[in-house]
Amino acid sequence: MLRKIVLVMGVFAIAALGLSLVSAQDTMGSSVMVPPDGEIVIGVAAALSGEGLAPLGEDIVRGAQLANITRPTVKIGDVEFAVTLDPQDDTCAAEGGQAVANRYVSDERVVAVVGPMCSSACRAAGPIFDAAGYTSISPSCTAPDLTDGTFASFNRVVPTDAFQGVVDAEFVFNTLGLTRIATIHDGSPYGEGLVTVMAEAFIELGGEVVFQDAVNVGDTDFRALLDRVADADPELVFFVGFIAEGSRLASQRFDAGLDEVAFMGADGIFSPDFISTAGDAAEGVYVSSPTPSSEIYDAFVAAYVEEFGVEEPSGPYHANAADAYNVILNAIEAVGTVDDNGDLVIDRAALNEAIRATSDYEGLIGTITCEENGECASAAITIYQVVDGAFVLASETMQGE
Amino acid sequence: MTDSQSHDASPQPGTVDMITTSLLKNTLYNPLRLAGGLLIFLLVYVAVTNIASGNYTLEAFVRQSITGLAQGGIYALIALGYTLVYGILLMINFAHGEVFMAGAYVGFFAINAMEQSGMLADHTFLALLITLMVGVVASVTIALLLERIAYRPLRGAPRLVPLITAIGASITLQQLFLRLFGPDPRVYPRVNLYILPGIFKDLECAEVSGAQVCKGLDLIDGLYRVDVLGMNLRIRPVFFLVAFFAIVLMIALWFFVQRTKTGKAMRAVAEDKNAAALMGINVDRVIATTFVLGAALAGAGAVLFALYNQQVTPFMGFVPGIKAFTAAVLGGIGNIPGAMLGGFFLGIVESTGPALLGISSQLKDVIAFGLLVLILIFRPTGIFGEVLAEKKA
Repeated sequence: MLRKIVLVMGVFAIAALGLSLVSAQDTMGSSVMVPPDGEIVIGVAAALSGEGLAPLGEDIVRGAQLANITRPTVKIGDVEFAVTLDPQDDTCAAEGGQAVANRYVSDERVVAVVGPMCSSACRAAGPIFDAAGYTSISPSCTAPDLTDGTFASFNRVVPTDAFQGVVDAEFVFNTLGLTRIATIHDGSPYGEGLVTVMAEAFIELGGEVVFQDAVNVGDTDFRALLDRVADADPELVFFVGFIAEGSRLASQRFDAGLDEVAFMGADGIFSPDFISTAGDAAEGVYVSSPTPSSEIYDAFVAAYVEEFGVEEPSGPYHANAADAYNVILNAIEAVGTVDDNGDLVIDRAALNEAIRATSDYEGLIGTITCEENGECASAAITIYQVVDGAFVLASETMQGE
Repeated sequence: MTDSQSHDASPQPGTVDMITTSLLKNTLYNPLRLAGGLLIFLLVYVAVTNIASGNYTLEAFVRQSITGLAQGGIYALIALGYTLVYGILLMINFAHGEVFMAGAYVGFFAINAMEQSGMLADHTFLALLITLMVGVVASVTIALLLERIAYRPLRGAPRLVPLITAIGASITLQQLFLRLFGPDPRVYPRVNLYILPGIFKDLECAEVSGAQVCKGLDLIDGLYRVDVLGMNLRIRPVFFLVAFFAIVLMIALWFFVQRTKTGKAMRAVAEDKNAAALMGINVDRVIATTFVLGAALAGAGAVLFALYNQQVTPFMGFVPGIKAFTAAVLGGIGNIPGAMLGGFFLGIVESTGPALLGISSQLKDVIAFGLLVLILIFRPTGIFGEVLAEKKA
């Protein structure tokens, strides 16, 4: 009996030793090797399923695909390597972010990742990418604290909500001249973060936040909540979340008698799908969103419309995704080397450093210069209003620092 | 149903005094009940202080109760399906929420086609009736397929097996609809159904070729401001329609189960499947009938729900399904009036609770499920659970 136990323990010990050797190898060789006829794999993590989320995620994937079509290879010296995309569903949630991150880090061919899409997913994916030495560029994770230095692997080509919130507050207080607002978010890091920044900025300007609450993602009946909002008698309801909850709040607000109260959302509902889902209730709704501000952007949208056979982009982040893709490719060209066998070798740590060293790259969203913390986008926010079933400009584009 | 006796020694029939004393004793000596009692006391205290400080008015309560009534009616219609199937198979059909979703989806295609062809505008009532029928038929078809493919082969298996299958079936159906129709919501058209122009003389009036024509009460899309007892209310008739529908269907179901031959067979199968089979009852058919009844109610509920909430998505059945299951347990699972009462109770508590306690609306689910726990502490079989057990015994 004792012998048996010793035997079993011995087997376990050997297995553990083997495992530790394998894992040691993993962390040691944190570089990617692409054979001469191989492909460079770039992950694209965005929400591809999910009510009111898929249009936004599809938009990101399309942006990256279009960038991939226009720039399908990386040239190191005289050798060209093809680039291929690996889109995965991050479900716009922490669990999904974790799942895609684990999937990418277990596939060593993946060089870098465009995404994830939502701040919740970015926050969950961050530690996993960090541990594996991966690098990522999110086209759309806007929560302010993502770039506070917690994640070495996190970069973004989208302005932080610390700026969007202030622009929103100034628009409501100065341009619309309203002083009483109610805020609602969807409990996500993105929603809560942006609402907090906006409310603080609004109070600082001299306004009053008369009601604050949140909704559960997936709920369908918000009438009781809107009734409480109506009792607080605000002049504007500021909602941060995504299309499903946003369109329901917008339609059900009439049942609570909020007919005369303005409704405002942010980039999470900036999609033609919001208008088609909310129907007449979308009329007059204000929406703020980061804005691409380059001269080449219009041509990109035209190519997008032609390539995918749609009337207009289904979300706000196609240009950011394309820029993220191009920044990654530039970094690969900067740090990639071809060894004696003709293999392309990319050191992951050097790749991340090269991304953060990006400066004065003329992207679709404007000039991209990265900071040490992974913040790459210059801030530009525009506010739109739904008029006759389409988004029209309601303010000049506000430029940050 | 199975172990309906609560663990406490039930009081001997005697004077009222004795019963109260023993109830008090039970509450005091059972730590769980003591904790539950304290929690109820705390909740009542918070609610009372909130009302006393003027933060919560009767008007707000009435307004929120009305929306809760509609939501509760939907829960009730789904809960009836849960309770019927549980009563007979002792199995929780977790795919019932998806049966609900299927009804709303297929109903959408019907109503959308009729809107395109102009029939919805010309013959509104007929079009709505067809939509309702289509929704019911779709739900029934899905439920029959479910029963045949996923549950019947497992009839002899331990109770956990069909439960897991049900969860699997739920996910399969969700994903099937997601792949077939995409994740984007389908939007029901807005419907105006005018009724009783004779009674509501001054509603929905419009100038038609010089003459004032009033069309009456808009039953579906109407929203009216009404002053009752000094309360300024906004009333959507469709809320009452949903609640009315739920009650009528529940009563019809009750009569069906109690008074018809098939209903008698259902009760027999519920009591003892083998004995029922020996008596010449076709057990498979009775079980299929049960699924049909539950699905028909869910399908009708789904179309009503979509008529006033507009949006239909592959995931729309999940949350209402869970809530309706809660409602069924709350009312005493296996009991028909209990499921309905549980549904209405849950709907109203959910919509009035957060404001009454002065907490975030995000916590409405916490209130709903917390309440379930509280009620199960004091009545482990649900509100109406024991009545049924006695009847069956």
